[in-house]
Amino acid sequence: MSTLIKLKKGLDIKIAGSPEKIIHSEVHPAFYGVKPVDFPGLVPKLCVKPGNKVMAGTPLFFNKHRPEIKFTSPVSGTVISVTRGERRRLLEVVIEKAGDDYVSFGKSDPETLIRNKIKERLLESGLWPAVRQRPYHIVANPSDIPKALFISGFDTAPLAPDYNFIVDNSSASLFRTGITTLSSLTDGKTHLVLNAGGDTPEILKNVSGVEVSHFSGPHPAGNVGIHIHHLDPVNKGEIVWYVNIQDVFSIGRLFEEGIYKPDRLVALTGSEVIHPQYYKIRSGGSVTPMVRDNVKSGNLRYISGNVLTGSRIEHDGYLGYYDSQITVIPEGDYYEFFGWAKPGINKYSFSKAFASSFFPGKSYRLDTNFHGGERAFVITGQYEKVVPMDIYPMQLLKAILSADIDMMENLGIYEVSEEDFALCEFICPSKTEIQSIVRKGLDLMMKEMS
Amino acid sequence: MDSLRKKIDKLKPHFVKGGRFEKLQSVFEGFESFMFVPKKVTFKGSHVRDSLDLKRTMIVVIIALIPALLFGAYNTGLQHFRSLGLETGVMQNFWFGFLRILPLIVVSYVVGLGIEFIAAQIRGHEINEGFLVTGMLIPLIVPVDIPLWMLALATAFAVIIGKEVFGGTGMNVLNPALTARAFLFFSYPGWMTGDKVWIEGMIRGQNIIDGFSGATPMALSAAYETDKLPSFMEMFIGTIPGSIGETSTIAILIGAIILIVTGIGSWKIMLSVLAGALGMGLFLNAIAVNPYMELPVYYHFVMGGFAFGTVFMATDPVTASQTETGKWIYGLLIGIFSIIFRVLNPAYPEGVMLAILLMNVFAPLIDYFVIQSNIKRRLRRAGVAINN
Repeated sequence: MSTLIKLKKGLDIKIAGSPEKIIHSEVHPAFYGVKPVDFPGLVPKLCVKPGNKVMAGTPLFFNKHRPEIKFTSPVSGTVISVTRGERRRLLEVVIEKAGDDYVSFGKSDPETLIRNKIKERLLESGLWPAVRQRPYHIVANPSDIPKALFISGFDTAPLAPDYNFIVDNSSASLFRTGITTLSSLTDGKTHLVLNAGGDTPEILKNVSGVEVSHFSGPHPAGNVGIHIHHLDPVNKGEIVWYVNIQDVFSIGRLFEEGIYKPDRLVALTGSEVIHPQYYKIRSGGSVTPMVRDNVKSGNLRYISGNVLTGSRIEHDGYLGYYDSQITVIPEGDYYEFFGWAKPGINKYSFSKAFASSFFPGKSYRLDTNFHGGERAFVITGQYEKVVPMDIYPMQLLKAILSADIDMMENLGIYEVSEEDFALCEFICPSKTEIQSIVRKGLDLMMKEMS
Repeated sequence: MDSLRKKIDKLKPHFVKGGRFEKLQSVFEGFESFMFVPKKVTFKGSHVRDSLDLKRTMIVVIIALIPALLFGAYNTGLQHFRSLGLETGVMQNFWFGFLRILPLIVVSYVVGLGIEFIAAQIRGHEINEGFLVTGMLIPLIVPVDIPLWMLALATAFAVIIGKEVFGGTGMNVLNPALTARAFLFFSYPGWMTGDKVWIEGMIRGQNIIDGFSGATPMALSAAYETDKLPSFMEMFIGTIPGSIGETSTIAILIGAIILIVTGIGSWKIMLSVLAGALGMGLFLNAIAVNPYMELPVYYHFVMGGFAFGTVFMATDPVTASQTETGKWIYGLLIGIFSIIFRVLNPAYPEGVMLAILLMNVFAPLIDYFVIQSNIKRRLRRAGVAINN
């Protein structure tokens, strides 16, 4: 029996540049980057130096506070640079690919391994960070036992890849092994959450050992936080883990083939991409082979991930650890004469305050302009329309801003992450930095609770 | 536009900290961002932002106010010439009224924005757009003959005591425009009530023809002279004495439609105010012991400031309830109290203003209970989970 949950609240932003369902032949970038900044709250401790030879699976850095959590190189080659930012914050470890060598972690059937052995294997290989947790939306703590584990099988973010398309039907066995591995990490249920619409790929039908649920509705219906909220909400003191479905295959491969080989299908999207389509690429790969001669001219913003939650990268930057999407949109650094007074046929808005709302079918070339200045909270009742949870977004934000720990807890801080509030940030007429506020709140709770 | 942009870029260095006119930084930025939407791009978080900002939001409200403003101008002329017993054309009425109203609008904006500019500079904030709407609301809810100095004083009081002391736009408890009206009402009742203040020229002892009365439907009703009320249609169209912008229900309805269609104004609040008033009105009809209580309930919707208050005042997002459930309760209570104040307390013929101000004060309490029920739901869920 599968559950169907229909959500109404939310918003599918009408942005141009969705990918065509074509898979470009596999790309092999020359450079790969692993970015500690992909992991909120991580204090990385470096264990390689420029010039070191590494293999796929060799640790590059680890979590200073939990040294067992290692972050490894996705390819074999040479470490060529370590980039640091302000206050020597570690930003990127870059590897130049050479050869195709893998650290061998040994093949084994996860069914025969005890839980701790499985954890050890995941930790050693660098696949552990693929497992994240609520509360706080951070890499899971290996010493916990979650009450449930969620496998997120679709994405509703703007221009997001169609998971029904990217799931590899030929790797049924990797998928099964991955599921077995993951479900052994919890004493509770393992949930597989799929899109209610579209054709479910063969291998996702009749998966044994998991509880299948379907969600329908506009973004953020595909966010794992929303799934957890509706299926098995996180209360104080409880922990839920979750993994993206593409990583389930990599985890399966780790046990079947004994290697760390985080290949995935990635959607290259956005209005400024000439041929938006899918690419097979390894995690951490440079986007250069995908975007070279494939983007329009002008001042562009490259994003690893989607326009709401992705991270800004350079034109030759690297695919983020958790990302299955690259987006390229125009920068919006222009002045607009009496911009707020124009009818706005080409201005997209969640509200109906622009002439564009007469053309509901249109999609827009959205840019990075703020479209206004930051203001105090004035308008109410808007955030609630895009958060399909029993949570009061504005009140929670205000509790965070006033650092009211009890109130944050009461209003559901344990259930949320910044990505669940990204649409609030998009629609906010006061231009509030809502995702930063939520992260601040999560960080504060982590500190208070530790 | 390029040349203008270049001029602004050239002037800009004088207005930043350390520049010659650094004290005018907020004012400069205010005007700059008024003319040009800034070129600021997203830095962290969402890479794209909705086209809607507060300026746009406020401008939509002002557009929604325009029908009431235009009709107010026309009606000011109409009532004036009627009182003199003259038959005049539409344009003549409108033009006469427009010239009388313009100074009120100018004074309201100059005083209010002046204070906003100073407050923004002191706080080091950008100028907030909230007053764009307040500045238009204030002239629309006063009698046309209000002396300009009184209006200036009321505006200053509303902005300083009603808003800035609480932290500025977004932080105020009371609706600033209503605060201004309440200030006038209690400080200068002679200019805010009675039969003379609503018709241009009347209070200055201008000649009027015999038999003309400048009494508003509110005053007539409070005096139990409901038989003298203008027809429902007249009150619906708005060719009756009253505050400048509040007389025409039809013009206000057009504004309501604009607010609801654009999603800027809360239809929940408007509907629930209506429902509250309807319920209370019907109840009073049922137990009626005087002519005012007998007045058919739908008359209340077209009389006095009910329509204007419902559409433009009760829906102020800052001072209304902030939770969606709270908005229903808040609106219902405004409707109920409006009718109670009107009918059962003749000392204050206009009940809507006081009902909204009262509920402004209680809105945070309503929200508190709504939020508490959410918290209880969450705790109960946790309790169930632990017991399992």
